[in-house]
Amino acid sequence: MEGSRIFVKGSEAVAMGALDAGLKGYFGYPITPQNEIPEFMSKHLPEAGGAFVQAESECAAINMVLGAAAAGKRAMTSSSGPGISLMQECISNMAGGEVPCVIVNMMRGGPGVGDINTAQGDYFQSTRGGGHGDYRTPCLAPATCQEAYDMTREAFDLAFAYRTPVLLVGDAILAQMKEPLTRRAPRLDDPSEGSAWRLGETSGPGRRILRSLHLAEGKLAEVNQRLQDKYRDLKQQTRAEQFMTEDAELVVVAFGSTGRIVKSAIRKLRAKGLKVGLFRPITLYPFPEQSLRDLAYSGKRFLTIEHNMGQMVEDVRLAVRGLSDSGFFGALPGYLPSPDEFQAAIERASTGASL
Amino acid sequence: MTETVAFERTPSVADVATHYCPGCQHGVAHRLVAEYLDSKGLAENTLMVTSIGCSVMLYNYLLFDAVEAPHGRAPATATGLKRVRPDKVVFTYQGDGDLASIGMAEIMHAANRGERVTIIFVNNTVYGMTGGQMAPTTLVGQKTTTCPSGRCASSEGQPFRMAEIMAGLGGVAYSARVALNSVKHIAQAKKAVRHAFEAQLEDRGMGFVELLATCPTNWKMTPVAANERIENELIPCFPLGVFKDLKTSGAC
Repeated sequence: MEGSRIFVKGSEAVAMGALDAGLKGYFGYPITPQNEIPEFMSKHLPEAGGAFVQAESECAAINMVLGAAAAGKRAMTSSSGPGISLMQECISNMAGGEVPCVIVNMMRGGPGVGDINTAQGDYFQSTRGGGHGDYRTPCLAPATCQEAYDMTREAFDLAFAYRTPVLLVGDAILAQMKEPLTRRAPRLDDPSEGSAWRLGETSGPGRRILRSLHLAEGKLAEVNQRLQDKYRDLKQQTRAEQFMTEDAELVVVAFGSTGRIVKSAIRKLRAKGLKVGLFRPITLYPFPEQSLRDLAYSGKRFLTIEHNMGQMVEDVRLAVRGLSDSGFFGALPGYLPSPDEFQAAIERASTGASL
Repeated sequence: MTETVAFERTPSVADVATHYCPGCQHGVAHRLVAEYLDSKGLAENTLMVTSIGCSVMLYNYLLFDAVEAPHGRAPATATGLKRVRPDKVVFTYQGDGDLASIGMAEIMHAANRGERVTIIFVNNTVYGMTGGQMAPTTLVGQKTTTCPSGRCASSEGQPFRMAEIMAGLGGVAYSARVALNSVKHIAQAKKAVRHAFEAQLEDRGMGFVELLATCPTNWKMTPVAANERIENELIPCFPLGVFKDLKTSGAC
């Protein structure tokens, strides 16, 4: 298993990554397009000594994650847009209570029940906190099955390092696409992980309380300040892929599966002699604004392409403000974008034509 | 004047003043839980899941490790906790709005799965912390701030009898209803709390105990009158008793 190449779906890659990261609790509710994750977990997690529960709803699932994570265990859930919306109450609670976990969102078309096809309409929800109150969640956006596996493992490390829920955001393309994957050696369990805060270590007056309610004067402000300090420190974790940006005149910004489709369009346009490159944010929050701004300093123009009607483009424009701007091309959620239309949009932008 | 200590504070109850109103019986319920766990030497092995409502600050009064669940979700949180720490004693402490309204789905499914946890359910027929609104257990005819003319059965429904509902679910090993309004009833309650923990400890299933309790502030009564109301109005609607006491395990 370890080291050899296997052929799996993105959802299975996520499940394998979680298992190899030392997952001890998976709690989820079926929703398309990510059902391979709970199906995989129901068989393999108990074999690996972890707990699997099919919850009665996404709301219950994330609250089960809270319980397992409160014991200091690596715990996760996975879903798609409508289910992630149902989880927001507890994600906010876990951000406030500083309880780490991983939440996977394989995005589908919205709003509402939408469809079960691919889309990227949950960018705002993923990067703005998603629920009530002043919090954020780190958000990783893999584009390949290998990245899905690797980043799921990293997501747990990030969650525990910063004591926060972490989102891993893919879409129906990533979830359902089969690709080669190389698994790495499973992480050895660290019995001391979370020992500074997890429940079950103490009792009596020194007992531990994981909570998000703070009624004493000044206490909530203290918590909010600590969260803001954490989000500032998280900026060290920003990541992006840059492909042929060095001599590019036009940099296309796109994430996840769309970033990958854009990459193939860039290759074709390069072959035609166009100086275009790709900037693919890998951490959607914190957004890699500094490296984007550095590109703006060197005089490049920008085009943001998303499978939604314009969400990440706001972060791109904020990053390059005062230096440059970004055009936008959005593929409508509800239909599958083609590489040709991305290519045509990039070509138009690179020649200065209106989109 | 000489003082005689009638009984000692059990160690797991914090030596602090509570925020509860005069005549409120949350304190009695807290003590029953702590006394049982202390008497069995289980305090260090206990994890509690707190809920939303008047008992939201339970962790200030009971000295067990605690995680605070969002409103109604405590049985789901307890599920996650117990599944990864089956060696621990896990209980939730929930009021009627939390358990029987917003958290009805979570309690039903946790019970049906037979989660090996104990549920302490305090029923005072009203939303206490938010100021006396109608609860799922409000009696027909009872006036609250959101049913000012009295709860109307035909438009607002009738009170949920949770102990009976729980007894009907396969995963529940023990379900009882007791009251906290008299010495006799408190003695029965003490026994029911013990049985509700034993169901968990003996791996038989979920243990559930419903405690009928006063809310003098929102009932707009003196503590004595509130105690009398439990006897005269609550118990006729919510009969006391053990509705299920399964002695065998349902484990696969």
